[in-house]
Amino acid sequence: MLIAALIAIFVVMIMAITRAILGPTLYDRILAVNMFGTKTVLLISILGFIMGRPEFLDIAIVYALINFISVIGVLRYSDNLIFKDSEQQKK
Amino acid sequence: METILEFSSSIFLLIGSFLCISGGVGILRFPDFYTRMHAVGVTETLATAMILIGLILHNPDFLVDIKLMIILLMTIFISPTASHALAKAAQHNKLMPKLDTDIKADNKKVTSSNP
Amino acid sequence: MRHTLFLSLTLAMFWVLISGHYTTFILVLGVISIAIVVFVAHRMDVVDHESQPVHLTLKLPAYYAWLIKEIILANILVVKHIWLGNKTISPVMTTIKASQKTDIGKVIYANSITLTPGTVTLELEGDKFIVHALLRESIKDLESGEMDRRVTQLED
Repeated sequence: MLIAALIAIFVVMIMAITRAILGPTLYDRILAVNMFGTKTVLLISILGFIMGRPEFLDIAIVYALINFISVIGVLRYSDNLIFKDSEQQKK
Repeated sequence: METILEFSSSIFLLIGSFLCISGGVGILRFPDFYTRMHAVGVTETLATAMILIGLILHNPDFLVDIKLMIILLMTIFISPTASHALAKAAQHNKLMPKLDTDIKADNKKVTSSNP
Repeated sequence: MRHTLFLSLTLAMFWVLISGHYTTFILVLGVISIAIVVFVAHRMDVVDHESQPVHLTLKLPAYYAWLIKEIILANILVVKHIWLGNKTISPVMTTIKASQKTDIGKVIYANSITLTPGTVTLELEGDKFIVHALLRESIKDLESGEMDRRVTQLED
């Protein structure tokens, strides 16, 4: 059953990456990358159990925090004028 | 006792996988950014909780269970903050949501152009 | 003082549960780390009733139980509409009023709205929230004000 959950999470990660590549606006891409990060946390936890090494959970905790900080960091940058200009040039 | 735990863990993992895949379908299928955010909300609340509860039931070691619970709590506390920040940034940069009336108009256009 | 104690206790529990090694050396390292973190938190002036809501501890569990029930119901609704397709959804954006007085009450309310799938808080202005919802039903549930009432009960 762990293998089934692993495969399901892989499928969802592929879907998220598809949306990150397609995404018409920048926010779609950030959203997809955020979802990809949360799914990575789950993937690391399940992989740790399948390989019989639950020590991987420490890495999962750190990954969850890094994911959050990276999203907030990118969004902080989004209030910048340069960011808005590049968005408008695309249109 | 062992078999009951194994069985319920499998059930939780299955439900979690189904919810995850639903969220993935949602993020591909929905029409605009704000609606996609709701699909991501599904995968970040109940789907994550179900998969992690499944893992907790699968594993008898106490310290490992605590670590899984910490991951669960972190995900649940972090996800609304991240989505609120994202939505606020999108709204400040004038990304307009597609509302109900727009979608109905689109459908009418589609149906009228396909006789 | 109460908040400092609470912060140190939380950090100590976190250290003991995460590390899993109980030799003297590791525990001393833990005490030093906690002291440094508490010192830095004091210097940043973030140790107060907002970061450590001790006064809510007794009332929170009942609210969490109710919120988990709401989250499960909302998840089922959203998943149903994901599989039914784009024609069945009705995205709306409205302003709703919050009756909380303190900042922490408003934050709890806004976060609960965002945590429930199908509704997202876009902006807080005074006592007005701008909310985007996937379905008209979810916005009607919010306007009926049960969540608002429960959060307001929490704060006094």
